[in-house]
Amino acid sequence: MDEALLRSLTPSVLTILVRRGADFAAAEDAVQDALVEAVRVWPTDPPRDAKGWLVTVAWRKFLDQVRADSARRRREDLVDEEPAPGSAPDVDDTLQLYFLCAHPSLTPSSAVALTLRAVGGLTTRQIAQAYLVPEATMAQRISRAKRTVSGIRFDQPGDVATVLRVLYLVFNEGYSGDVDLAAEAIRLTRQLAATIDHPEVAGLLALMLLHHARRASRTAPDGSLVPLAEQDRGRWDTASIAEGVRILQAALARDRLGEFQAQAAVAALHADALSAEETDWVQIVEWYDELARLTDSPIVRLNRAVAVGEADGPRAGLAALAALDDSLPRYTAAAAYLHERAGDLPTAARLYAEAAQKAPDLAERDYLTRQAARLNTRHRHRH
Amino acid sequence: MAKYLLLKHYRGAPAAVNDVPMDQWTPEEISAHVQYMNDFAARLEKSGEFVDGQALAPEGAWVRYDGEGRPPVTDGPFAETKDLIAGWMVIDVDSYERAVELAGELSAAPGAGGKPIHEWLEVRPFLGAAPRDAECLFHG
Repeated sequence: MDEALLRSLTPSVLTILVRRGADFAAAEDAVQDALVEAVRVWPTDPPRDAKGWLVTVAWRKFLDQVRADSARRRREDLVDEEPAPGSAPDVDDTLQLYFLCAHPSLTPSSAVALTLRAVGGLTTRQIAQAYLVPEATMAQRISRAKRTVSGIRFDQPGDVATVLRVLYLVFNEGYSGDVDLAAEAIRLTRQLAATIDHPEVAGLLALMLLHHARRASRTAPDGSLVPLAEQDRGRWDTASIAEGVRILQAALARDRLGEFQAQAAVAALHADALSAEETDWVQIVEWYDELARLTDSPIVRLNRAVAVGEADGPRAGLAALAALDDSLPRYTAAAAYLHERAGDLPTAARLYAEAAQKAPDLAERDYLTRQAARLNTRHRHRH
Repeated sequence: MAKYLLLKHYRGAPAAVNDVPMDQWTPEEISAHVQYMNDFAARLEKSGEFVDGQALAPEGAWVRYDGEGRPPVTDGPFAETKDLIAGWMVIDVDSYERAVELAGELSAAPGAGGKPIHEWLEVRPFLGAAPRDAECLFHG
């Protein structure tokens, strides 16, 4: 049974229930129950019409719940007369679901959890495992999120940017547990791109595809980080790169530039280089200039400084870096790298070690520690 | 969405404001304290932020490898060890500010006289396992 296919039906089944009059929270529970039932039943008894089956079962689960709650008024209204099988919801309905699950009244972690469940069709347990929290905690996070959005009208227009931020967060979480969150984020962004014609949605999808294409080469077998310049480019997923570039070019042609398109453009320039030396750093700096105009993010300016170091030499990079706040995340790591390129190895070694102390994750800390160790070893051997 | 460890010390933290050892409290004050801690954990579970909470016995031993074919060497406990962990809580929250807010609430647990202990808790971020977004910087 294709679980991804099953889960891809989640949003439309859920929106059908909501349109039939079920409230969002109860409908969402019912759809989850129906998905669980499908996983149990389909392998031996596959339905002819998967979506119709899910709608029927989810609606029955919803009614069971209404009965169990002995909500008399609702029962009278709904039980005896099952509505005619709903027509497929128009695409706008799926879009509404994305908006609701990324509603600005939700905290980022709640929006992520709710999106993965209600749009992605993942179980609470899968989401809990992916984020390394107990299932009970994730269940509470999701039910709180549902309560938070319960008063919001389903057809209220939303902001695509909030949805994109949520999907980007999911993508960056990467891979833990038995759920590949990066792949899931791509699936959900692809699904979103099919429902709305928006250059930034396309930009994010392109960005994800271009980054994901490098995943196999990004870590060594021992789990250590492999920097872009040292990656085996033969292991990059060329189909994924080609798709990302195609989507990005179509988006850029619309001439409504946004931050995800610009980030994707940087990723595309890396993907385009046959070797690290052939990277078009001048163009990358230009894209970072665009990004700085679009976002005013200090992280972007830090990345730009490193790119300037490649395009115009490490001295220029260090000069660009000097204009920035040295408390920025990875400032010290960038400084270490540029000092090494400039030939000041003792300073680079000291800064790598300092950057390792500030690294936000293990792989990065170990990478930076190894950089410091490499320079220190070389230094000792010369004396 | 980041995990933090709220670390409680038997020894090694700066002195609390209401710094009376637990054995000097009344039984009711102890019950009130335990209740507060349980309620706090339950509240975190409800808010979807609880990951783990554990208490540690004060007495432990030092252990180290002593070479091929030998049993590990044990030593201690050392009364003079400066830092002694009493227990921890692991939370999964949206921001550092939220972690600090929750640590502040935990530190308000009642002690002697039913007054908040104002105990110093250590807040430590977890190092994530997977690199996020780091690749480009290291060109890069």
